[in-house]
Amino acid sequence: MTREEISMALVEIISDIVPDEDWASFDAEESLRGKLESMDFLDVVMELRKQYGVEVPEADYGALETLKSSIDYLQPKLNKA
Amino acid sequence: MNKSERERIVITGIGLTAPNGNNLAEYRANLLASVSGVKSYSVRYFGDTVAGLCDFDALRYQSRKARRIGTRAGSIAIYCVHEALADAKIELEAMDKSRCGVFIGITEHGNVETENEIYEISRFDYQTKYWSHHHNPRTVANNPAGEVTISLGITGPHYTLGAACAAGNLGLVNGAQQLLLGEVDLALAGGVSESTGTFGIFAAFNSQNALAKHEVPEQASRPFDAARNGIVVSEGGAIYVLERLDRALERGAHIYAELAGWAYNSDATDTVLPNSQRQSQCMRMAIQRAGLQPQDIHLVNTHATGTPAGDARECEALRQVFDNCPDTYYTNTKSFIGHCMGAAGALELAGNLPSFDDKLAHHTINVDKLDPACQLPNLLLHKPKKLDKLDAMLNNSFGMLGINCVTVLKRHI
Repeated sequence: MTREEISMALVEIISDIVPDEDWASFDAEESLRGKLESMDFLDVVMELRKQYGVEVPEADYGALETLKSSIDYLQPKLNKA
Repeated sequence: MNKSERERIVITGIGLTAPNGNNLAEYRANLLASVSGVKSYSVRYFGDTVAGLCDFDALRYQSRKARRIGTRAGSIAIYCVHEALADAKIELEAMDKSRCGVFIGITEHGNVETENEIYEISRFDYQTKYWSHHHNPRTVANNPAGEVTISLGITGPHYTLGAACAAGNLGLVNGAQQLLLGEVDLALAGGVSESTGTFGIFAAFNSQNALAKHEVPEQASRPFDAARNGIVVSEGGAIYVLERLDRALERGAHIYAELAGWAYNSDATDTVLPNSQRQSQCMRMAIQRAGLQPQDIHLVNTHATGTPAGDARECEALRQVFDNCPDTYYTNTKSFIGHCMGAAGALELAGNLPSFDDKLAHHTINVDKLDPACQLPNLLLHKPKKLDKLDAMLNNSFGMLGINCVTVLKRHI
């Protein structure tokens, strides 16, 4: 998957999890944690598991801090999966 | 002995959603106009059946995210509470929210959410790593009441009361008790049900030969009819604003009725078959505690669900209590909306409370041929009736494992 495809996939997942926010113009370098509560964040982890077969161990949660860092972290995993 | 205004509990607001109405005015109009809310329905694994479903706007009071992570029962409760507070003209922001409590009756809770999760992980070879972290907050027994407190920032007590199909009445009673104990100044109390979302309840009633079947869905719920064959499972909710009379008078609230008496007891005989003797005992206690005699009750809303045994036993109990009461009339709301389980007692009462104002009592539909075992004097069939007197009504609700809860309401003069 390209970085753009991963970005779109993440935004789609997050939009379903927090549907009342406008994610279309979300800054890729802004912290996601400000918009996602702890249970929302676990939803992101779960959807990555369900939809893409990607496991994000708890020790790596920090890698999903922003959209940009998430893409950096997920791209090798997604392209391996 | 006369009670002081501080010792009397009144209803000052009603919020509800029923299979045939999403507010009191709509619901009552449909009861008087013989409009059923029972429809065709299909549920996972079980297949085609009939049920009473509500079509209230869940997003009126919830964000899409709150709706996603919450439960149907929570959503119903939130809708009903917001509507009840608006009806009572109460601005929670203007009061001490730690003095407000939420007390909600439920028949069951967690079946829907558990079935959904099992279905979801079935797509992943039943690996539990796909089981949602939302499962626990969705299935804890206090869920619907807790969702209400989060929605409204209420910091007083909240919990649910598991009382099978007597739960709606028991929720109401518990709210009153918390007011009398001085634990709260405002009680949001009643019952909710999301049971139509679980195939298990349909399958279990079916295995018990107690699930209603009829080619015309609107005619499937037929308490007292000779051809009745079981329960129509429905969802719904009714939450009341309860206050002590002194506070209600002080703020000039509209008072629907006084919750004047109640009683609850246990059959201690069978898991599903009701006990007429215990039911009549419960009714007598509630009437006595209201300071009344059976002949003072002008309207009885029956619990009858449409099962052959249950309806007959309740009628037997009613005959024991209301022998020689020529001014007592009987009606049944489940014939319109099916059995709303944990909401039933509270929701059915709501449909009758406006009768204190206009003396119009709604009737029972779908009785084509009255079962002789359900013969009651003054059973209201086929059309509403304007009663000569309506100063007190009694509301029955009974549930599995032999739990009975009866409320008595008085007109507030």
